[in-house]
Amino acid sequence: MKNKFVAMINKISKKKKIKANPECAGEEKYILRLFITGILPNSARAVKNINSICDQYLNGRYELEIIDIYQQPSLAVQEEIIAVPVLIKKFPLPEERMIGDLSNTEEVLKGLCLV
Amino acid sequence: MKSLRVKKSKTNNFTFPKCLTGMQGLDEITTGGIPKNRPTLLLGNTGCGKTIMAMEFLVKGIELYDEPAVFMAFEETTEELLLNVKSINYNMEALLANKKIYIEHIHVNPDEFRKTGLYDLEGLFVRLDQAIKKVKAKRLVLDSLDTLFYGLDYRVLRSEFKRLLTWLKEKKVTAIITSEIGDTFLTRNGLEEYVADCVIALDNRVTNQITTRRLRIIKYRGSFHGNNEYPFTIDENGISVYPIISQAFEQESSSKRILSGVSELDEMLDKKGFYAGSSILISGTAGTGKTSLAASFAYSVCQAKKTCLFCAFEEAPNQIIRNMQSIGFHLDPMVESEMLTFYYSRPTLQNLELHFLAIKKIINDINPTVVILDPITNLMTEGPNSDIRSMLTRFADYLKTQNITVMFTAAITVGSIERNPSDEGISSMVDTWIMVQDIEVDAERTRSLCVMKSRGMVHSNEVRGFKISSKGISLFPIIIGKSSTSSLSKRSAKEHLNLSTSKDSNKMKETSR
Repeated sequence: MKNKFVAMINKISKKKKIKANPECAGEEKYILRLFITGILPNSARAVKNINSICDQYLNGRYELEIIDIYQQPSLAVQEEIIAVPVLIKKFPLPEERMIGDLSNTEEVLKGLCLV
Repeated sequence: MKSLRVKKSKTNNFTFPKCLTGMQGLDEITTGGIPKNRPTLLLGNTGCGKTIMAMEFLVKGIELYDEPAVFMAFEETTEELLLNVKSINYNMEALLANKKIYIEHIHVNPDEFRKTGLYDLEGLFVRLDQAIKKVKAKRLVLDSLDTLFYGLDYRVLRSEFKRLLTWLKEKKVTAIITSEIGDTFLTRNGLEEYVADCVIALDNRVTNQITTRRLRIIKYRGSFHGNNEYPFTIDENGISVYPIISQAFEQESSSKRILSGVSELDEMLDKKGFYAGSSILISGTAGTGKTSLAASFAYSVCQAKKTCLFCAFEEAPNQIIRNMQSIGFHLDPMVESEMLTFYYSRPTLQNLELHFLAIKKIINDINPTVVILDPITNLMTEGPNSDIRSMLTRFADYLKTQNITVMFTAAITVGSIERNPSDEGISSMVDTWIMVQDIEVDAERTRSLCVMKSRGMVHSNEVRGFKISSKGISLFPIIIGKSSTSSLSKRSAKEHLNLSTSKDSNKMKETSR
């Protein structure tokens, strides 16, 4: 009976809001870099999404740098950027890359190791 | 380098802008190179030479046309790439140091990142742009497409590939993109070949236990091109493709003559000998003296202070020298003075193209007046028959353009020449054809020689006996039966000879049982 109840709760939370796993989060500060291509649609969405995710789940424990690869191409080369937009989690380790406009929040949180 | 005449049709004078590849033979097949400022797809499975061909395209562009280049490697790292081409004389270090070529490795591993939504490959374009700007490149290679697009969604792949091609056209770089050959379509994903302007496929096939590399132009928008498969080789100087050179037809024919080494034979050839720059075939059964005739030709050439290349495929050079010494031809001093060069190789060692390539190289080094191949029949068992004929044609054409006289010897089995399978129609290809046979005349065995054909000159149609003694080679008239030689026509003489030889062969068969 209890199992059924827990399963139902989990099912509801998956649809609305994903619960962050406290074990994974820790106390460290997140250092994130988002590479975009100016104001193209994918990039615009990515910026919007990352801002909302950071507000929702990281509570100010983050440092987000948004880099336009047209304006800083050398940095793009350095980080070996091929697909854009791409979010790179520099810290905490390990380094993770997430390509796409970040609309799949679950994947983003997996990548940020918050789930 | 000869300038290439692009054939224009009478009604349309448009020629597609092309970029010369600088690769031996490829520019002829493509009638001027690959499409300029457009991408060309280079397909092939592993080990067929795509990366090397792509690299050579860039290197030749720098060396011959001063067009800097960029090599974007997705498969190998820069170090691995340099190691792979180290055995070829591209002089990569100098090109890199002078900033004529820029090699960049881009690491692409789809397992290393998560997909969180829609994306495109704009980052790649930024990198390409940076690389092109670095050296002001006019040529570009992307190696390989599969590694780049591996793991991408099909939709992204399709749109990005089209975008890539458009982008390359805008940047005004001539690009080569390498890709694997897929199972059903030409390429793995089946779309690239429809979008590219020019598609070239490479192949590395094994026939009769020998591998041959082949190249084929599958499509080339807006241009005439050779449609067939052409063999190519890779050696320390790079890639050489072997088209049938049409320039041979434009070659001016010389009217100079060259002596054969046997004075009576010269007399049979309009008293002047062979035409310089022509091709000669000496065919005959085993032991009839073909090598001796060839060697005496070599001897007379060297005596006239001209260089000669003797390619021996059966007997070792030392054996030939020793044998010739016994009949009065001293070839040793000529070898020492480097007038006579021997090339000896076992036919089974490598495939036909590699043999010819090695010979071509020596020809380039020593520039001989005469080249002798003794015998070519050994080479003929080492490849499919159609290849042999085309390869020989190419080789003969090549020698014609260099104005080199070539002599082939061919061993035939006992019996009529027409029935001989290993002839391969070579007798129709050459300018002069001499036949030597063992015949029985008046219960005596002797050798006969006959000039079967000799283009462009009045030649004797006599069947003459020839003798090899310690004093050399000499010809004498044969008296067949009771009628005199002068009243017999060549045809009936030949028939008579064939009858004798077939009688002989029957006799031999009986005795051997």
